[in-house]
Amino acid sequence: MGVTEHISKQFEADLDTTRTRVLQMGGLVEAQILAAANAYATGDAALIAQVIENDARVNGYEVAIDGACNHIVVKRQPAASDLRLIMAISKIVTDLERIGDEAEKIARMAKLIHERGAHHAQRFPSVRHAAQIAVKMLRQALDAFARLDIASAAEVLKEDSAIDDEFRSVLRQLITYMMEDPRTISAGLEIVWVAKAVERIGDHAKNIAEQVIYIVRGTDVRHTSFADVEREIAKE
Amino acid sequence: MAAVAIAAAVEGRPGQSAATAVPKAEAKKLSFYYGAFRALSELDLVVHEHRVTALIGPSGCGKSTFLRCFNRMHDLYPGNRYEGEIRLYPDDTNLLAPGVDPIEVRMRLSMVFQKPNPFPKSIYENVAYGLRVRGERSGRSLEDKVEAALRGAALWDEVKDRLRELAFNLSGGQQQRLCIARALATDPEILLFDEPTSALDPIATASIEELIADLKQKVTILIVTHNMQQAARVSDYTAYMYLGKLIEFGRTDELFIKPKHKQTEDYITGRFG
Repeated sequence: MGVTEHISKQFEADLDTTRTRVLQMGGLVEAQILAAANAYATGDAALIAQVIENDARVNGYEVAIDGACNHIVVKRQPAASDLRLIMAISKIVTDLERIGDEAEKIARMAKLIHERGAHHAQRFPSVRHAAQIAVKMLRQALDAFARLDIASAAEVLKEDSAIDDEFRSVLRQLITYMMEDPRTISAGLEIVWVAKAVERIGDHAKNIAEQVIYIVRGTDVRHTSFADVEREIAKE
Repeated sequence: MAAVAIAAAVEGRPGQSAATAVPKAEAKKLSFYYGAFRALSELDLVVHEHRVTALIGPSGCGKSTFLRCFNRMHDLYPGNRYEGEIRLYPDDTNLLAPGVDPIEVRMRLSMVFQKPNPFPKSIYENVAYGLRVRGERSGRSLEDKVEAALRGAALWDEVKDRLRELAFNLSGGQQQRLCIARALATDPEILLFDEPTSALDPIATASIEELIADLKQKVTILIVTHNMQQAARVSDYTAYMYLGKLIEFGRTDELFIKPKHKQTEDYITGRFG
């Protein structure tokens, strides 16, 4: 797949440009999560403002890439792997945009949490740890997309359960924290929102990895068990 | 996969009839020679009843040659030779057998060509032609059959008041529908279309495509087209041919979304292998 080039150089160039923009958008979104996670740990006001401001750029990418997909569909009527690529890109940018929203949410929550006192966030460093796993998943999903590597995509699907475990563990700790001292409830709830946002980022990274498998194999692995996915990967 | 099962549980795929397909014709190890040149190599293909099967492939791949085998058009030129069989069901006749009369075959399998080619006669006589060849005399029954054929080709309302006019006075799209009516008049089992819309504008093309969708309730359709979007729009099954060989055959939606062979993929995505 993708070894031979299109007869139309313009089509080839349009696909390449669109693919590159998805990766650029992915890079921006990655940076947004990392910045938001740092903002959660440190309460750095400038960083918080920057994450919130940058979300507009993420949204701009989504609109531009979707426009490019429409353009390709109307001009080229893509088929087979080209069709799957375009359909997948259109879904991937939605996931990336949502990740951007979650990063912004984390930044806004970081502001509120730190206004209530820096010690709250420091009690829960595992939230930041989970965010780092989420970034790693996203990076691997984007890398799998760039190289059309389904084995790498499958690893992302597996990784998602690690984040879910982390989320449940944070939730348990927070419940204890809030029960010990009801004055922490407001901050505690805000930390729950942050942890939930991180967990959602993991889900979106997983969606992107599923789209990579669809592009390469033409098999829709959404809503299937990991065992089914492994069987699909093992084919050939 | 489960996801597919979920999607199927929600609704069927667009444009696909649920009923199982029955074979109407079948090419078995069909080869064809223009003199010493082998244009088709051992093709095996099943044409399903009341379905549209599209033949696609680059110029010179043999798709028109293959289509013409079905109504024995190659018999008109010396030096042409068939090998293998084309079976027509349910009677299981081998259309290529020496004892089979090509004129009879053409009554059962009618052809519509790329450029509309009405005879230099009236609209009425164009449609009545095949029936007269079959020995039908003028009269009520002939008139009814002409009307039925024109209705079948979605042309009746436009021409019912001018049946005696020369067919050349019709527009290109109407002429092509007249040719379809002429093909339908002998009540064929299979309609063969050889790029039926490549000389027509988008509106006339759309009306022919619409007609094809209606006609498959009555007949089985085999269509050669250079327009891949047309194949994707009108057909239930698609066959991809290259250098006289059948490379891939499958359900149209599957072939256009997830082809099995790299050659098919390269062709339908506009790549050069």
